[in-house]
Amino acid sequence: MSDHSSRPLVAVVVFPGSNDDRDAAGALEQLGACAARVWHTDETLPEHTAAVVLPGGFSYGDYLRCGAIARFSPIMRAVATFAADGGPVLGICNGFQILTEAGLLPGALRPNASLSFVCRDVPLIVERSDLLFTSRCRAGQELTIPVKHGDGCWFADEALLAELDAGGQIALRYAPGANPNGAVSDVAGVTNEEGNVFGLMPHPEHAVDRRLGPGSTDGALILGSLVDAARLSASVPV
Amino acid sequence: MKATVLVRPKPGILDPQGQAVESSLRHLGFEVGGTRVGRLVDVELATDDRSEAAAQLEQMCERLLTNPLIESYTIAFMGDASE
Repeated sequence: MSDHSSRPLVAVVVFPGSNDDRDAAGALEQLGACAARVWHTDETLPEHTAAVVLPGGFSYGDYLRCGAIARFSPIMRAVATFAADGGPVLGICNGFQILTEAGLLPGALRPNASLSFVCRDVPLIVERSDLLFTSRCRAGQELTIPVKHGDGCWFADEALLAELDAGGQIALRYAPGANPNGAVSDVAGVTNEEGNVFGLMPHPEHAVDRRLGPGSTDGALILGSLVDAARLSASVPV
Repeated sequence: MKATVLVRPKPGILDPQGQAVESSLRHLGFEVGGTRVGRLVDVELATDDRSEAAAQLEQMCERLLTNPLIESYTIAFMGDASE
């Protein structure tokens, strides 16, 4: 743990009801990061934190609205400060829902249009490759990454959608015809205006290790990009 | 004092729950033109001051009970409605 420039420290926040925190931490470790799982009641992130991941799961039982209660966890104040200082923050599935509820990402996530829980590999199109989170991808590249959610129908009204499109904040879309949840404009992942906060419904951490199944390892492109960004920010002297 | 907060999906927001309920009602033979499903939150407040309570409830709605992007709300105080 001494040299975080070679193995940057990525904090994975654990909320009550998170269930992909270990998978995320394992995938990040495999991709060269040092992953630290951080409890939601902590008020500070570990020293030398170079990136933050909010993992998937069902924080607070998804009561009220997904992510609505988790966003008030003590750690979220530290996450917001970290993000405001430009630190890379990635929200996966429930983590994405928490970031939208916290106002750190635009839009909202509603119940799937089908009302069914979806759990399958989906094809995605990378809209931008010049982001911290997609630097290992090519623009227009198709990735296959699994989704597993009941509330993944991302919504923004027309004005907001136009603004996000114009600002290049739509980073990831479901491939044409493959939208699993009815999300507006096939949006699978969005960033904040500054580009250092990214949320997506698909689970890159489940598509890193080929031993986990016959699926792809495309998730490593997203999480690997994050590890690269973390390494870069860790090497900058404070 | 007690109040009830009614939370509704805003007009234009896709409401698959409402659609499922509507189709189920049609199957039962009811002629319905539309159904929207929201949420009801009963709140017991510490204060007995009506305007203070209303101010607090609005804060609750803005900060936690609703997501203003997709939901609207109305507040009713117990005893106000003709029951």
